[in-house]
Amino acid sequence: MKKVDVGKRILGANETYALRNSQILNRGKKLCLNMISSPGSGKTTLLVRTISDLSDTVAIGVIEGDVQTDIDAERIRATRAPAIQINTEGACHLSAAQVNKALQELPLDDLDAVFIENVGNLVCPSAFALGENGKIVVLSVAEGDDKPVKYPAIFAKSKALLINKIDLLAGGLQVDFDLDRVHADARKLNKDIAVFPVSAKTGEGMQQWYDWLDAQVRSLR
Amino acid sequence: MHEMTVAQSLVEVILQEAEKRQGKPIRAKMSCGQLNAVNDEVLSFAFDALVQGTPCEGTKLEIEHKALQGKCRGCGHTFAVELSDTTCPNCKSEDFELLPDAPLILEEIEFEEGTDDEEG
Repeated sequence: MKKVDVGKRILGANETYALRNSQILNRGKKLCLNMISSPGSGKTTLLVRTISDLSDTVAIGVIEGDVQTDIDAERIRATRAPAIQINTEGACHLSAAQVNKALQELPLDDLDAVFIENVGNLVCPSAFALGENGKIVVLSVAEGDDKPVKYPAIFAKSKALLINKIDLLAGGLQVDFDLDRVHADARKLNKDIAVFPVSAKTGEGMQQWYDWLDAQVRSLR
Repeated sequence: MHEMTVAQSLVEVILQEAEKRQGKPIRAKMSCGQLNAVNDEVLSFAFDALVQGTPCEGTKLEIEHKALQGKCRGCGHTFAVELSDTTCPNCKSEDFELLPDAPLILEEIEFEEGTDDEEG
């Protein structure tokens, strides 16, 4: 029997596309954030509000990843921001090759930042580099406060954590969610993670998120 | 179920190597980090399904998980981080920097006797 050392990167093809994407984005000094969460955490609502509120200061384009439909891209386009929809037809994550194609369709010259709204899933998308500057994880209070402990990888890897739907914590709805616990558990995994408790619906807490986003965009100029 | 994507890429790389060396692979060893979230059982299941009818059929897959490394910001000690307990074993500080996770690597392939071992 013959043993051969190989030493080849298994996801080399994806990594090559991710590198190409980051070169395209860096050349144009565009911020690119890969947004990851469970389905229904409010990623699209967060983006719609962010795009509208920052329309005078930060020009945002969006790459939408879903298993099916262009519902999300349509919601983004209603704000007049450009959006490219990718349908993965069953796959649980976006690939760098898909993002590469979408980047070529976006009017990059007119943009300051590109958001990639990944397929709703807290596990799989975190394993595939897309060429982004950073990942941001979104968690809504209805999902429970044990998610950083149960799904640590994405919290360990992300630059920012948006805790969405905090409006549900008020008004006697009896949502059991300990903000301090999430804060502490996320920081235990990642001391540098920026944490923003927000409500994309009421606008509560959004200003701090906008300030952070604005600083990220400026740091590339 | 991103293991299917990983398995597809893995089979492609093994098939390329097998063709280059004109050999029949019987065992392949890969390694991965902790943040890739690779589940051995799911990956092996996907791998076994994908190699049906290819020269890799029957290849035994071994998966090695490499520990996640962290660097303590208190004492500078580098240690294997457990995400369930991130305390520095040296100074007990919980302030650490996560070092890059090990990528997915096809480490080695074992071929049937008679395989050409020259690089193609």
